Amino acid sequence: MTENPLSLGERLQQSLGDRIQSLITERDEITLEIAADHWVDVSRSLRDDHGFEQLVDLCGVDYLGYGSDEWETGDATAEGFSRGVEGSHGPGRFDWESRPVGESTGEGDDQRRFAAVAHLLSVKQNLRLRIRCFAPDSDLPVVPSLVEIWSSVDWYEREAFDLFGIVFEGHPDLRRILTDYGFIGHPFRKDFPLIGNVEARYDPDKGRVVYQPVSIDPRVLVPKVVREDSRYLGEETVKGK
Amino acid sequence: MAEIRNYTMNFGPQHPAAHGVLRLVLEMDGEVVQRADPHIGLLHRGTEKLAESKPFNQSIGYMDRLDYVSMMCNEHAYVRAIEQLLGIEAPERAQYIRTMFDEVTRILNHLMWIGTHGLDLGAMALFLYAFREREVLMDSYEAVSGARMHATYYRPGGVYRDLPDQMSLHRESPWTKGKDLDRFNAWRQGSLLDFLDAFSQDFPQRVDEYETLLTDNRIWKQRTVGIGEVTPERALQLGFTGPMLRGSGIAWDLRKKQPYAAYDKVDFDIPIGTNGDCYDRYLVRVEEMRQSNRIITQCVKWLKDNPGPVMVENHKIVPPTREEMKNDMESMIHHFKLFTEGYCTPPGEAYAAVEAPKGEFGAYIVSDGSNKPFRLHLRAPGFAHLAAMDEMVRGHMLADVVAVIGTQDIVFGEIDR
Repeated sequence: MTENPLSLGERLQQSLGDRIQSLITERDEITLEIAADHWVDVSRSLRDDHGFEQLVDLCGVDYLGYGSDEWETGDATAEGFSRGVEGSHGPGRFDWESRPVGESTGEGDDQRRFAAVAHLLSVKQNLRLRIRCFAPDSDLPVVPSLVEIWSSVDWYEREAFDLFGIVFEGHPDLRRILTDYGFIGHPFRKDFPLIGNVEARYDPDKGRVVYQPVSIDPRVLVPKVVREDSRYLGEETVKGK
Repeated sequence: MAEIRNYTMNFGPQHPAAHGVLRLVLEMDGEVVQRADPHIGLLHRGTEKLAESKPFNQSIGYMDRLDYVSMMCNEHAYVRAIEQLLGIEAPERAQYIRTMFDEVTRILNHLMWIGTHGLDLGAMALFLYAFREREVLMDSYEAVSGARMHATYYRPGGVYRDLPDQMSLHRESPWTKGKDLDRFNAWRQGSLLDFLDAFSQDFPQRVDEYETLLTDNRIWKQRTVGIGEVTPERALQLGFTGPMLRGSGIAWDLRKKQPYAAYDKVDFDIPIGTNGDCYDRYLVRVEEMRQSNRIITQCVKWLKDNPGPVMVENHKIVPPTREEMKNDMESMIHHFKLFTEGYCTPPGEAYAAVEAPKGEFGAYIVSDGSNKPFRLHLRAPGFAHLAAMDEMVRGHMLADVVAVIGTQDIVFGEIDR
């Protein structure tokens, strides 16, 4: 990086002011959180006034269940490792019938679920910036489209729509892109089972490919745990002899 | 007079020039393309979702299978994102090994590209030439990781193991014997570094061979000059990276501008084009092969002179050796924890990008402090390039569509993910 990222942060704070919700500097990366109302005009100002001429990437994120674990590790527990493996919650452990319906949509700002995250690049200044916009409504996530500002966002928004069901308002051609023709559901949502819903097979009687409910069981071998082990990283590992 | 109307035709998904499973719906006015609508996703495997259900290290192998002709570069982006989250850095020798293998990978990729691109446009011989050299480089993959393609060699904190001291030799068989056997084994007498050194001394002449076949070839020029032109402004707008962007005359290369691994310590040049057409992008990629070869030579020299560790020695992240594990209780515990549960990163997010042969390959990880990524998004260069297909082929002839697919260097593993 040719320039100290902090100075970019200060510049952004000054010029964008209250149009951004927050500015986070973490691991030398700057993230702007922008409300849906200002998503387009802040982006335009980033392109025109701050020189971010390229949108490198845009993706959806589903924050349902952020920070939850499957195996209690904070305290001493009677639950063994096997129960962590055999537990019924968490990503990849449920099938379509038992998917967590309803618990997803909370109220208030804490429960915001879907976000569109874009990575911008300024070739001239050699700077990167991450911008994030939460969809105000989790039941029908709508985020304004950036397609008029960066042409490259076209397919990325189609992908986020396909995988997360985020509707990009103003997108000229919001079709599914990665999933199969006639696919139902948005597969990267956290309440969509990892094993999927249907599987395809060739039916010799009908002479064509048919869909049927999946025949495999959801299975995860390693439970998801949250530990603060990374606090030891700075220290030299003690070796007992 | 018969009524003249536009004609919609399907290109692919089973077409040898579609480079995999591209389905292109073309609206034609005679021979001229009016609109191109690529349908992708036929190779969608949900890699990003799969990664959410596995500890960090278990997904490294998936990265090879994304862009399956530039395997280690994909691993590099993913591994760097994890390192960024953890705040660790690989030892210097590992950085040089990564640099060297990134460049080996770049040559592998460009050889595949030049072979198939040539084949698509009618240059048959080149394919065989390119695959001859690919064989050597895949042997170096095999020597270091045990696999010819899907290496899973890079790890957070370094690389899996140090370079081997001895290359495996071809054994005599009814098919390889006598002079052939000697020729196959000529480079393989020493270590892997000797092997790569011999390759890098030989390779510039090989590139000359490719160039004699194509660069001044009249047919080649007719098929590529002035085809699929992209202005620098549009290239930026369309999210182009890598040779696609440099072909349009923008000197942007992450290896120079945002150096990672050991790229700030090696000497190389960035070729750029002027017209932004298929021919310029061809020249850029050919020159990149020569530059990659230069970097390999420098890395080989450094690696020969500087032994050292190739992994950080923190057993919270990196498993201890088998020997330590058998003799030491603490190491045993670390080993058990790492292989049953993995390590947890601090919560937060990180985006790490590398200059993959096709452009910027980025990994964006959102972590909630657990042993699995909460969300992994992979930024594939080909995805943005293919999105510009419509703009690039509009108004061109049908045969030029094949040239544009070739020049975009499309691989569906990374586009569909």
